[in-house]
Amino acid sequence: MNLAIETRGLNHYFGQQHVVNDLSLQVPPGSIYGFLGPNGAGKTTTIKILLNLLQVPRDKVFIFGKDLTTHRIESLARLGSLVEQPAIYSHLTGRENMYNRCLLLGIRRERAEDMLQLVGLSDAARKKAGKYSLGMKQRLGIGLALLSDPELLLLDEPTNGLDPNGIIEIRNLLIKLATEHGKTILVSSHLLAEIERTATHVGIINKGRLLFQGTIGDLQQLSKPVVEIDTNPPSRALEILQEAGFAPQLTEQKLTIPYRSPEDHAEANRLLVAAGLAVYAIHPMRKDLEHLFLDITKNN
Amino acid sequence: MRSLYISLTSEFYKSRKSLAFWAAIVLPLLICGLIAFGYFNASERILKAKLPPMALWGQYSSQALAVMGMLILPFYVIFMAFSVNNIEHKNDTWKTLFSLPLHKLSVYSAKLVYAMLLVFICLGLFLILTFAFGHLLHLLIPAYRFDLYDPLMLLSQYYLKLFLASMGILSFQFVLSLIWGDFLKPMGIGFVGTIAGIICANVHWKYAYLIPFSHPTLAMRLGSMRKSPDEGIDIMTREIWVSLAYMAVFFIAGYFVLSKRNIK
Ligand SMILES: Nc1ncnc2c1ncn2[C@@H]1O[C@H](COP(=O)(O)OP(=O)(O)OP(=O)(O)O)[C@@H](O)[C@H]1O
Ligand SMILES: [Mg+2]
Repeated sequence: MNLAIETRGLNHYFGQQHVVNDLSLQVPPGSIYGFLGPNGAGKTTTIKILLNLLQVPRDKVFIFGKDLTTHRIESLARLGSLVEQPAIYSHLTGRENMYNRCLLLGIRRERAEDMLQLVGLSDAARKKAGKYSLGMKQRLGIGLALLSDPELLLLDEPTNGLDPNGIIEIRNLLIKLATEHGKTILVSSHLLAEIERTATHVGIINKGRLLFQGTIGDLQQLSKPVVEIDTNPPSRALEILQEAGFAPQLTEQKLTIPYRSPEDHAEANRLLVAAGLAVYAIHPMRKDLEHLFLDITKNN
Repeated sequence: MRSLYISLTSEFYKSRKSLAFWAAIVLPLLICGLIAFGYFNASERILKAKLPPMALWGQYSSQALAVMGMLILPFYVIFMAFSVNNIEHKNDTWKTLFSLPLHKLSVYSAKLVYAMLLVFICLGLFLILTFAFGHLLHLLIPAYRFDLYDPLMLLSQYYLKLFLASMGILSFQFVLSLIWGDFLKPMGIGFVGTIAGIICANVHWKYAYLIPFSHPTLAMRLGSMRKSPDEGIDIMTREIWVSLAYMAVFFIAGYFVLSKRNIK
């Protein structure tokens, strides 16, 4: 089966800066692909290449199995996108922005009304888009991306600026689009927690390099949660826990053991207290993105 | 062709509420209206000169032609070229425009064609309004005798020539506004260019015909009039060919810039 998006050893330079470095994305059809990376990692740049907004080299970028350089229009017709801040005409109303896009895509106007409804802008449809709040602009941008009912969606930080409700709505919308309508969605973010809730597949990029690519399950294998134990003195605690077979780690005066079960760290606590150590706090922790990066880079 | 048509309709849809579009209609209304009003008010003084109908038409219509050809047209054209591009720069919408399943060439040409269309509409309105207001004046003040001569052919030729003469400026400014998102650079260059162009044309510099900004002024010279007014004027004079040649060159250059450029 053809991949929805495939890049093969893609490179991109801005002047001397190597912004995308030997990137090989593989986005299976029907997946929600979380494209994860810190600021300046090259996410937006990659998405722009996938849209042929930046120069695309031959035989490097494939959309549904077809080379983007030779099938540009055909590929773009199957794509909906939201890149960085949504691009909307500020002097037109929300509805007029939709109608303009309908015109360009050859779509009936009723579809625009549906989309306004979907992103919750029906009431504000007659307001000038320039007067929209950040979140409303973002919603309009998402609505515009969905207008043509594309098979493949490229969303660059779509929840940027949305309120908690909006974030949940979008999250559910993405899941619905993928599961019920079989769409493929590539969604970029710098928040691991956000991606974990929706994505089926994950690609992690840093400084233009793909550090990890796989299913969300594969990722969870990597980001094993740990339990942090705040105790004094930690070096003594390390010895005790080591003897008891907890596989503890001491980094920067922070003692951690791998998370197994609540009973497990209750047991660790009992041991430490029995040895006369003061235990101030015990709390399970998920590794955040930064630590995950460190882990992944270490493992590679 | 279909993508060109779609892009063109979208250009209209986007700009129909903007100054650029309304300027094409308001400008001729305003200027022709003012001139007609002047002729209405000062009818006694003007009628004293006892001009024959043809000369009267000539005097009356050249008021609009002169302001337009000399000064307003270049600035209007510069503004048009700026507006059609600025609407995308300002809203950061180039990226969506070029991620639509439309040919880049169509999207690009639609913009230029739309700017041309606006200039054409504007000049067309000048022509129609000059003519209509002339006859209106005659209705209000029968002594004017605007009915005894039909200036339509000559006027159309002048306005057509003016339109063709503005193509060089339009395409040049179009490319500048395409490259630069700001107001100052294209406008500044356009302003300086226009002044320089008018001066070069007026001092009869030998190579003025090579400067796009000189073309409207050169086109308005009476020298191109044929032996008798009934034969009309030479439209395709040297500067008009040069203007059209610039158009072709800048059109291609603009597309080249666009297709090689990374869209931010
Ligand atoms: N137009 C440009 N010209 C020069 N350098 C650029 C340009 N656009 C991006 N860059 C550089 O490319 C790198 C990657 O930028 P990019 O916008 O792809 O990051 P990102 O992963 O989307 O980050 P963020 O999470 O902040 O959106 C950055 O170092 C940036 O400075
Ligand atoms: Mg970005």
